[in-house]
Amino acid sequence: MRTTGTAVLAEGLAKRYGAERALDGFDLAVRRGTVQGLLGPNGAGKTTAVRILATLLRLDGGRAVVAGHDVAREPHAVRKRIGLAGQYAAVDEILTGRQNLEMFGRLFHLDGRRARARADELLERFGLSDAAGMQVKAYSGGMRRRLDLASSVLLAPEVLFLDEPTTGLDPRSRNEVWETVRDLVAGGTTVLLTTQYLDEADQLADRIAVIDHGRTVAEDTPDGLKHGIGGDRVQVVLRDAAELPRAAGIVARVAADGAAPDTDVAERRVGAPVTDGVAALTAVARALQDAGLDVADIGLRRPTLDEVFLRLTGHRTEAAADATAPARRTETAA
Amino acid sequence: MSAPTGAPALAPAPERRLYWAFADCWTIVRRDLTHLVKQPVNIAWQLGFPIVSVLLFVYVFGSAMDVGGEGSYRDYAMPGMFAMTMAFGFMNTAMLVAVEKDRGVTDRFRSMPMARSAVVSGRGVADVCGAALDLAVLAAIAVVVGWRSDGGVLATLAAFALLLHLRFALIWVGVLLGLLVPNQEAAGGLFALAFPFGMISSVFTPPSMMPDWLGAIAMWNPVSSTANAVRELFGRPGTLGDSWIEQHALLMAVVWPLALTAVFLPLAVRRFQRLSR
Repeated sequence: MRTTGTAVLAEGLAKRYGAERALDGFDLAVRRGTVQGLLGPNGAGKTTAVRILATLLRLDGGRAVVAGHDVAREPHAVRKRIGLAGQYAAVDEILTGRQNLEMFGRLFHLDGRRARARADELLERFGLSDAAGMQVKAYSGGMRRRLDLASSVLLAPEVLFLDEPTTGLDPRSRNEVWETVRDLVAGGTTVLLTTQYLDEADQLADRIAVIDHGRTVAEDTPDGLKHGIGGDRVQVVLRDAAELPRAAGIVARVAADGAAPDTDVAERRVGAPVTDGVAALTAVARALQDAGLDVADIGLRRPTLDEVFLRLTGHRTEAAADATAPARRTETAA
Repeated sequence: MSAPTGAPALAPAPERRLYWAFADCWTIVRRDLTHLVKQPVNIAWQLGFPIVSVLLFVYVFGSAMDVGGEGSYRDYAMPGMFAMTMAFGFMNTAMLVAVEKDRGVTDRFRSMPMARSAVVSGRGVADVCGAALDLAVLAAIAVVVGWRSDGGVLATLAAFALLLHLRFALIWVGVLLGLLVPNQEAAGGLFALAFPFGMISSVFTPPSMMPDWLGAIAMWNPVSSTANAVRELFGRPGTLGDSWIEQHALLMAVVWPLALTAVFLPLAVRRFQRLSR
């Protein structure tokens, strides 16, 4: 099979914990030199996938090739070619920034002189030269993460795994980390990024895989994913919820590929995906007026990555179920 | 670049692996010794309990305590204090292991091309170094309050070697527990385990003075064997009791830690390998 230009390849990865399937036929192919985002709800298997690819976990089935080496058969060769930055800055609090990099350098089997030279180089590159002699416990959250990133790229890895690299950071620190990641990618590193923040994936990732219940449910560019759930949407809000069915009938006429409009009674809102946004909007506005419906708001919206995510992983329906629960309780009480 | 088709795994040659197992272990030990130097307050914190105990038992309760034998209570309690400090040491090991696991440091090490054994062996060597320092500080305090070893130089050194022998065995208990606890907060709760382990022993009182059932447990506690052996080596055994286990303290102070190592070293290594599960 062809792996040219593929830095990370996962085929049918399976991982079981007792009866629970953490990964259940997970597939992924990441092109060299790109950033691949991995999105999914908590417990979908993102971290499990990264831990298998980074040789931290054994796989129960399937095959994974990272930087040209099979993770199950040649873990040592893989470890020489990857970097891992996890959810916490895995750096030593007591040592200084420079001591951290020198220690990790020694553990990457650089000799003392090269470990020192590499530490200086990375401190400079990650903007930590001024803080090099400071104990890490005095670092800000953003500085820690940058030191953590520096530690994970000591050997200039071909593939860098970033597992939620900005969780818990303030916006400024997040931007610092993003800049650093962009620099690394510009230098040719392939990045596999898991994140809870959809804007982070939107900002950094060339392509995004959405994972749910241990398998990939969608894989595309961020724009492709947004387009995939229907591109633009026409949305109408009425003053009287009783008129919603009639409005839905009108919206249905312009809906793309005969898609059924979504009706939200509580918000008195009806909407549907459309192909030609402006034409559809005009047509709906005219038809609503002709029908004499009292419109509170009408507009054209482009889906966000949040909506893609919610649509693909079905979390919207769960949220809706939660929302109706209190209402049901009230009825029982009455 | 094409996919490796039956290419040999690039595992280093055995002698290179052995070299790196030692080199990586030393790198980890150096890091831990740096911690020790940069946080002298931790040593004080760690020794706080035994030091306060020394002062309490020597000056506050000392005159009221009579454990038989010819020496003073101080001479009986001091070796016990040394043994107790070693016994409590496994909590430090467990705490450090839990902290590194929590903070992702262990995972980072495991994702690197370093010798995996060094993660555990480095911890062990560093902890024995730390324990030697603990003993030196504690012995200095003991000398200040008037304690002396009546054994020869060799016997005294042997006594300290036996103490470190116990501490070494307990490293594996600490590594195992540190890997088993869910997080570092839970590791703090291990004190509930350490306290009876250290105290239900001959550290402060001879087991013969306890109720029979408790005395039997205390007698067979490995901490008691080490404490009694050290008392003998310091030349002031006090009341050691007549039971077989108490009569063979020296032997058991060697055997117990070996047995603990034989059980807990494989368990700790297995637990470490199970991180990949």
